[in-house]
Amino acid sequence: MTPFSLIRHWLYERLPAEATAWFDGALDGVIRSTSDGDLNLAFGLVPRKLGKADLALTAEELRAAQGARAGWDPELWSVDQAARIALLLATQGDADAFVRRLDLLCATADVAELVALYRGLPLYPWPERHRLRAAEGVRTNMKAVFEAVAHANPYPAEQLSDGAWNQMVLKALFVGSALDPVVGLDGRANPALAQMLCDYAHERWSAGRPVSPELWRCVGPFATGAMIDDLSHVICTGGEAERLAAALALWRSRDPAAANVLQRHASLAAAAAASAVDRRAPRTLA
Amino acid sequence: MKFIDPHIHMHARTTDDYERMAAAGIVAVIEPAFWLGQPRTSVGSYIDYLSSLVGWERFRAAQFGIRHYCTIGLNSKEANNEALAEQVMEILPRYLVKEGVVAVGEIGYDDQTPAEDRYYRAQLALAVQLDMLVMVHTPHRDKKAGTIRSMEVAVEMGMAPARVIIDHNNEETVQDVLDRGFWAGFTLYPNTKMGNERMVEIVRRYGPERIFVDSSADWGVSDPLAVPRTAQLMLERGIPVDHVEAVCYGNALAAYAQSGQMQAADWENPIPVDQRTLFEGNSVLRGQVPQVGVAPAAGLPLGELAFK
Ligand SMILES: [Zn+2]
Repeated sequence: MTPFSLIRHWLYERLPAEATAWFDGALDGVIRSTSDGDLNLAFGLVPRKLGKADLALTAEELRAAQGARAGWDPELWSVDQAARIALLLATQGDADAFVRRLDLLCATADVAELVALYRGLPLYPWPERHRLRAAEGVRTNMKAVFEAVAHANPYPAEQLSDGAWNQMVLKALFVGSALDPVVGLDGRANPALAQMLCDYAHERWSAGRPVSPELWRCVGPFATGAMIDDLSHVICTGGEAERLAAALALWRSRDPAAANVLQRHASLAAAAAASAVDRRAPRTLA
Repeated sequence: MKFIDPHIHMHARTTDDYERMAAAGIVAVIEPAFWLGQPRTSVGSYIDYLSSLVGWERFRAAQFGIRHYCTIGLNSKEANNEALAEQVMEILPRYLVKEGVVAVGEIGYDDQTPAEDRYYRAQLALAVQLDMLVMVHTPHRDKKAGTIRSMEVAVEMGMAPARVIIDHNNEETVQDVLDRGFWAGFTLYPNTKMGNERMVEIVRRYGPERIFVDSSADWGVSDPLAVPRTAQLMLERGIPVDHVEAVCYGNALAAYAQSGQMQAADWENPIPVDQRTLFEGNSVLRGQVPQVGVAPAAGLPLGELAFK
């Protein structure tokens, strides 16, 4: 099944008959329509007509999502978000028409609509045409909107340039968003990002502000020279989470200097090695 | 005590105001679309303004734990720029159906020109067509006649009085508004219009039914704490607590809850998707613990935090 038919199926399973009748009519209007008037109105009306409950997909439905589109993770989607994305997917026309429509919807969107529009990125046709849109979503100062692009969304790792990707990771730390839900975080790590993140850590230290332990995850594989000194500083002076994060980063570095630092912190080194092997098991320090 | 300010232009206010309003107990605000002091010259700036009411401003308020609603409309001053007004009328429907839009407003008369009358009526027709409430801005000049005319035209266009809020009332207009079955809003501007002292006497005289107060705070001299301040004064002057609660919270909620877009649960017990999108972190959730999708705080399960 395509993502569109999956979404429609999930909504039918969850909504009362009156709501699905409205949704069918709206989809029909969008498919037949020659202007965007029907889409705009239906798009706005979705929460009034269908409500905003969580979709609450089953494990099986989530597997079906992965089967329909690799990396698609609608676990935290709500009914209104799913319906809005389906309406957009139902529109007809070429790539230019689709991009223009998405631009106009974003320009007049409320907060919840923006979250839905950005969560839909991995499902839109002509994926390479939405890079600027994704970058615009990263540029927002509305955290929920930023996270609609950055979290549980495979689109950025697949489509963003290194420059745009690095901005997204740095911005996540800036606005206090977690890095863990970023899809492809390890795969897209790169030396320029590692350097930016270390510079950012220095800024935070200078201002006497805490540094997220997650920062070091993207530094590890490229840690060398002064970055090893930074990690050494963290492993000696940081809190518990920071010290383990630094140990993990050092464990991943290919610079022999990293191994030297780790040697001086045997229990952390062991915990790091164990965490890196069995990455899903939460561990605490002995 | 909890408060609602059902008429305030937060677009023109600072985060200091939001902070003080939240601290004073304001849980929700309604921001009517109005003019910006500086007249708009194109529909583009109108679109950006309306988008900011449902987008950026909603987010900004949520950061301070305040729920932000709005009314959407073409204001009476700019109705006089007919070239602009025509284009604004075309884009209004797509904003009116958005979530959290509780009424068509603030609309009505300013100088009571023919153009104002035409667009007031056109927007009343839109409200009837979309089954929406209406928030009426009554004129500051020729107030009494303008208020009565606003109500007569609303009824003539098919609006039920109980679905219309008449705002910026004073001692001269309140009796007519209540007698005809409309809601009566009172704006508490420092130095102008209604002062707090006068408001206490109005509530004493007319009771709390279908009356509520607002600050209409904007880019002019105004007080975003006018509602809680007036509540305090009413209590000091011996107005019963339940009357104060009605005038400063309950009545505005009852009036605008008719829209289906505003309810106490929005701030008392927000649904999961709103917890994830509208509230910034735990601190402003007023004791609610979000169930899912929350960034792990430092110090939580280590392995999970650093690497997963
Ligand atoms: Zn106003």
